[in-house]
Amino acid sequence: MMAGHAPGNGRAPGAGNPRSPATLEAPHPRPGDPAITPELVEDHGLSPDEYAQIRRIMGRQPTFTELGVFSAMWSEHCGYKNSKRLLRLLPTQAPWVIQGPGENAGVIDVGGGHALAFKIESHNHPSAVEPYQGAATGIGGILRDVFTMGARPVATLNSLHFGDLDRPRVRYLFGGVVKGIGDYGNCVGIPSAGGEVYFDRGYEDNPIVNAMCLGLMRTDDLIRGTAEGVGNTLMAVGARTGRDGIHGATFASEELSEGDDEASRPQVQVGDPFTEKLLLEASLELIASGHIVGIQDMGAAGLTSSGVEMAGRSGTGVEMDVALVPVREAGMTPYEILLSESQERMLVVAEAGKEDAVREILEKWELEAETIGSVTATGSFRVLEDGVAVADIPALPLTEGCPTYERQGEEGDEVRALRQMDIAAHTDPPAGLEDAFLRVVGSPNVASKQWVYEQYDTTVRANSIERPGGDAGVIRIPGTKRGVAASTDCNGRHTYLNPRAGAMGAVAEAARNVACTGAVPMAITNCLNFGSPLKPHIQHQFREAVLGMRDACAFLETPVTGGNVSFYNETDGKAVYPTPVIGMVGVIDDVETVVRHAFRDPGDPILLLGSNTGELGGSEYLYVLHGLVAGEPPPVDLAAERALQRCILTMAQLRLLKSAHDVASGGLAATLAECCLGRPRTGRSVGAAVNFADPLPDTALLFGEDHGRAVITCAPEDADRLLLHAENYGVPCARIGTVTEPGAPLEIETPSSRLRLEAETLRKRYYGVIPDIMNQAG
Amino acid sequence: MKIAIITFPGSNCDQDCHRSIELAGGSPSYVWHRETSLRGADAVIVPGGFAHGDYLRPGAIARFSPIMDAVTAFGEEGGVVVGICNGFQVLCEAGMLPGALLRNESLSFQSHHCRLRVERTDSVFTSGYRKRQVLGMPLSHADGSYYADAGTLAVLEEERRVLFRYCDAQGNASAEANPNGSLKNIAGIVNARGNVLGMMPHPDRAIEAVLGSVDGLPFFESIVGAVAREEVA
Repeated sequence: MMAGHAPGNGRAPGAGNPRSPATLEAPHPRPGDPAITPELVEDHGLSPDEYAQIRRIMGRQPTFTELGVFSAMWSEHCGYKNSKRLLRLLPTQAPWVIQGPGENAGVIDVGGGHALAFKIESHNHPSAVEPYQGAATGIGGILRDVFTMGARPVATLNSLHFGDLDRPRVRYLFGGVVKGIGDYGNCVGIPSAGGEVYFDRGYEDNPIVNAMCLGLMRTDDLIRGTAEGVGNTLMAVGARTGRDGIHGATFASEELSEGDDEASRPQVQVGDPFTEKLLLEASLELIASGHIVGIQDMGAAGLTSSGVEMAGRSGTGVEMDVALVPVREAGMTPYEILLSESQERMLVVAEAGKEDAVREILEKWELEAETIGSVTATGSFRVLEDGVAVADIPALPLTEGCPTYERQGEEGDEVRALRQMDIAAHTDPPAGLEDAFLRVVGSPNVASKQWVYEQYDTTVRANSIERPGGDAGVIRIPGTKRGVAASTDCNGRHTYLNPRAGAMGAVAEAARNVACTGAVPMAITNCLNFGSPLKPHIQHQFREAVLGMRDACAFLETPVTGGNVSFYNETDGKAVYPTPVIGMVGVIDDVETVVRHAFRDPGDPILLLGSNTGELGGSEYLYVLHGLVAGEPPPVDLAAERALQRCILTMAQLRLLKSAHDVASGGLAATLAECCLGRPRTGRSVGAAVNFADPLPDTALLFGEDHGRAVITCAPEDADRLLLHAENYGVPCARIGTVTEPGAPLEIETPSSRLRLEAETLRKRYYGVIPDIMNQAG
Repeated sequence: MKIAIITFPGSNCDQDCHRSIELAGGSPSYVWHRETSLRGADAVIVPGGFAHGDYLRPGAIARFSPIMDAVTAFGEEGGVVVGICNGFQVLCEAGMLPGALLRNESLSFQSHHCRLRVERTDSVFTSGYRKRQVLGMPLSHADGSYYADAGTLAVLEEERRVLFRYCDAQGNASAEANPNGSLKNIAGIVNARGNVLGMMPHPDRAIEAVLGSVDGLPFFESIVGAVAREEVA
């Protein structure tokens, strides 16, 4: 089709018959291809050993184009070469898992004939150099991963980690990322359901930008990214291919260095949410039409990875002619077309003979669909240019043959010293307990993220039951009473000090957040953000985090259905905290029974589930008051955690809870303040009178981040029933106080102190800090 | 009571309006922007979203969609036309309503709960409300700051064509209750004849208690009821 080509392309599209026998010749170097030298191989991120392996697979020297294909497919981003062996340890099975790792997204059965597709992915490197587009295209990519499974995206969540907000560059990154996420997601019309925003100097140079998407479908509408049926037609669908993002996958598999943000900007793609919206509607219509057998996003490594992976999954081959690919600009080489990461493009495998029907659907949505090749029985990824072979590589070794490594790791000396530091010497509040309380509640990590989530559309599609700002987002399954819940969590300080305990804690906290809304935690997707895996201390962090996640996911019966690994989050040799972000999903049978975090009515008894052990290691308190990231982070007792969650779920199902809120960053101080403050704009804030008898130092009691706890309230007449249920589950439960009138203070009594925090003071601290910094600091 | 919901490429709230009309007892149907006929509809809704990507400026391209000639003619004949959010922007661009929606004063996209005061109950859109009733519903837009020249504003006020104003919980249309810098706290207006309405907040997202508000439902019930009475007459 002439329409598929930029004017002045100079080639006669379709002139060479891509399936004529003459084209089965081995590829030759194109005129102008650089010579394959050791330097060129190194520039492609391949080691001499890996290159030797490529020579063995090919039985000859690869062409420049083929080298590019290997470089992309064997990059960390596509090939998982430094993570695959450990990732195999993760539990992936459960009766409700329909699709585990290895597809565009994981899928679970959520009952009633509905399935939930979900996945999380990183866009850290692009966001570090161009925050607005980097974050925007991160949303675009994760939406495509979900709707290519046949699911309609119904919500997004974001896990964002930045440096401290007193740095101008951090404010620039934070503001740009939030605006990029908002502008993209709002335009496509997908509500934001929650997420987390975390600030710590450990992320100053390398922000972590992870986007998660949930999509719903009828179970029978599931489609996979496969290229089945020899003779079926390969079609390029959506936006045209340009020169942007070439080698983005390889770029994401390297460290950044000073000045990279300028030089690397051309490797960042530019998003067009309007095209995405059209592509979403067209893809769902296409899948429903039955004209196609497989569909995949041209994401990282673009046409290369989508073609290779689809062939790899079905054990077939593909042959395509790059001269048939609709391009944005003239003179693009096969190398560029194959490795471009231009956004909003899909590779579709249409049933032979249905090409016109496919094109008709795409045309309705004002999009292009061009035939670029076909499914073959050769097992090869074969690429032509105007009928002349430029690449011919066995598909399976490209996906499965990627060399994998498990390097020796050991804990870094620096972190060991911090972890083993005696923090008891640093626990006294420097300016009194009330000052400490207000500084913790007013720390950007604990404070309200209203400034962020009010830039995101949270109510479009009229199914948002619990919006951002609560423990977990809850979205109703359209046309039913059921709902899905989701939360993203990772406390980077905890995972830094002890990656195994931290990762277990991230799973536990995510599950606890979901359970606090009354939804049953079902499965996770993960985004593993680390430094360079070539360094022993990073290898150690990675291994420990995977093992912690494995233990927690197995015990809590929330298998891993997929995710993403992002290594090389380093600048000038300084890595981010190990940040294994957990995206937990859950199911609730009746959205009318959703439990929220805010205290409701004066006179309601306040109860604490779980016990206070006063864990200040890696706490927000130590960071904010003493500038310390030190100590042993809170350990996770998985059995206690599971009992707590089951106990909350039973109470929620019996409709005994008037509120439930988990205890995490900032400890009981943060939890109680949030319960009193409720929601901005719609809610009313109430006071509380609370009394603790625990024989712990005040700071450990109020700011300790011990896992396995939640603060709940009920109607006065139900308190005894709650205590009984807790006893049945073996969960410690104590009445700690009573909800008081709107506008009343939060009063806390400990064995050694009395605190009185005025409602207005708390409100100003909690809601004011982030807008004040962002609106005034410039 | 056939109510046409115009769907542009980039419309996001078409399904929300569909459900709202159903809950209000009407019969909604979608009309694709490339069509040229409203197929006998008794009322028209232009839903929210980002029609044609909001490129150039919101509504600027949508007004040229083929269906808009039919919508304009329908409105001129006295047919009931509703524009919500992006739909309001489209109706202003199409000249069916006076004024324009400018970038929010905050310069940011804003998505949150807001309160509206019902200024009149003697309209086809508000007959289901009490006078000066305070409604709560979401708003969600980047360009919602209503602007018109002083003369136009004076005419709007004189002819009582402001149907909704942003207000606080007590019903005061104060500066603090104005979310986006709209002149005179204007959230929704009608044309001179009173049959074409545009509003920025989303009644279509406030139709069930489980979503946090049912204050949008009487809006749709008023329209469905008015169209039904017209049919009977």
